[in-house]
Amino acid sequence: MKDGQRIIGLHLGLLLLLFALQFVLPAYHHGNLARIMVLASYAIGYNILFGYTGLLSLGHALFFAAGMYGLSLTIEHAGFTAAPALLAGVVTGIAVSAGLAFLALRTTGVAFMIVTLMFAQAGYLTILYFSDYTGGDEGFVIQAAQRMLWGVDLSDPTNRYVAALILFAICLLASLALVRAPFGRTLVAIRENEDRVTMLGYNTFAHKLAAMVISGTISAAAGATYGLLFGYAGASFASVQYSIFPLLWVLLGGAGTVLGPFIGTLFMFYLIDLSSGLTTAYMLVAGVTLVLLTLYAPQGLIGELRHRVWRWLP
Amino acid sequence: MELGPYLLLASLEGAVTAAVLALTAVGLSLVFGVMRVVNIAHGEFFMLGAVIAWFTAQAFGGHPAIGFTAALIVAPLAVGAIAVLADVTILKRINYDPERTIVATIGLLYMIQQLTLMTYGPEARPVEAPFNQRIALPWFEFGESGLEFYYPWGLSTTSYKLAVIAAAVVVLTGVWLLMTRSRAGLLMRATQADRDMALAFGIPVERVYALVFGFGAALAALGAVLIVPIQQAHYLMGADPLLLSFIVVIIGGLGSLPGTLIAAILIGLSDGIISVFFSPTLAKILATLLVGLILVFRPQGLFGTRAA
Repeated sequence: MKDGQRIIGLHLGLLLLLFALQFVLPAYHHGNLARIMVLASYAIGYNILFGYTGLLSLGHALFFAAGMYGLSLTIEHAGFTAAPALLAGVVTGIAVSAGLAFLALRTTGVAFMIVTLMFAQAGYLTILYFSDYTGGDEGFVIQAAQRMLWGVDLSDPTNRYVAALILFAICLLASLALVRAPFGRTLVAIRENEDRVTMLGYNTFAHKLAAMVISGTISAAAGATYGLLFGYAGASFASVQYSIFPLLWVLLGGAGTVLGPFIGTLFMFYLIDLSSGLTTAYMLVAGVTLVLLTLYAPQGLIGELRHRVWRWLP
Repeated sequence: MELGPYLLLASLEGAVTAAVLALTAVGLSLVFGVMRVVNIAHGEFFMLGAVIAWFTAQAFGGHPAIGFTAALIVAPLAVGAIAVLADVTILKRINYDPERTIVATIGLLYMIQQLTLMTYGPEARPVEAPFNQRIALPWFEFGESGLEFYYPWGLSTTSYKLAVIAAAVVVLTGVWLLMTRSRAGLLMRATQADRDMALAFGIPVERVYALVFGFGAALAALGAVLIVPIQQAHYLMGADPLLLSFIVVIIGGLGSLPGTLIAAILIGLSDGIISVFFSPTLAKILATLLVGLILVFRPQGLFGTRAA
């Protein structure tokens, strides 16, 4: 079998498996998996910038929150219905990521991380500052009646699962297509050696700008969908923690692999879920996992798998 | 109160913030300067200093000065030892790769925070100051008989706050002497200038790294011990010092000690004065935006000369 067929088969197989799982999973895991798929979409967005372009952002919560608040504020204060509000969330994400990209891409390395961290922190504080509209730390609930998308009630668990799967499928296939296209190959080349790519005549700034906007847009789409599916928007989704989570998931699953973000999110979600049954110290688990990862498996689960067994994995 | 005494009061409060901030930020700046890594867990070392100070002060009875003096010695040493341990077991093994160090120190941050929550608990607790006399401050005005001094109501500080400022000046002078006049400082500066060349000249770079990492953390812990009689020790108290130290180190120029010091005084004073007139959240928004923009347009910082 050709590598291309194997790759497409593997990814479509995963989506089919996820579709089939909804009929057999008990209610609790069914709900978990819907949430994991939305969060994995966020991680896929993060992976495009971090895993494939090699830019470590500590401010992706800004994009996630841009989508979430773009959706929820237009529903709450402008009386939008779900579909245009979803669009508003994505458009906000595009605008915010393009704006931040223009500023932050003037820097590299550690400065890039701190610039993204600082702007995301400013965004988080802004949400707190305008707590009359945003509800601040407590956030606000999006009523079930406002969560009807084209006549489908998204507060119903079955519909929610399918909606999450659709978002995840779009993000996964988009990311797969992206990294197999010449554009994605150029991003990887920038990650490996930016000077050489510049010398070969590519406009690396334009490529990095596009990667950051695509990454931010996917993150915003995940944020907007999260608000729509789970009916809540709060400032904690804009905090530093939500910038670090996708980093953690992507590192765990494997940076620069298409399936890594999903595997990492799934693994981490259940690791915290199971450990919080034993102890309240799930932050400790997250901390230890991060340290162990940097020490022993810098390539992540899928990354190690690609390294040792399936060399054809994208 | 009139504006004059009011401003004096705000700048005095700001000077205390600046003193503690300078200690914390110089620690962060040393680590960045010599090791070229960003330590996200620096704020947690600050928090650990305060928490260990509380435990130490609890262990000693009698006059509060005994417990406080013990804390002043124990907390920086203990935090420094923890940092050295973290350096040897984690940072050394990932070869001080800048990006992996950030991830690892984020992990360290979570671990320290959670362990403190599990042992020390979620309460905020103070350490009693060794001495705490209220000192009324005079203000002047031009009356009928020329210059007159009087004591406006509310214009006062405490002897402890003045002692904090004095202690910070003494410690920072010590750090400066250490860096410029001692052999240890020479080794650190040599490592900062060129790691490989230092190694070739037989400088034990790995040991220098471990010591610098421990020393930076100990400075943060010392700042925390000094502030803990004024602010209380709490397991989440590390976030603000981390953010402010970052701001200071970046504005001062990454890795430049005099710049860091000037920036700490600037930020500490303006933080005291701005938060009198504006909401603290707005002040923080402006400060974080400022840092982001400075890094974008002047990456070497306001006082730095070399590109970061």
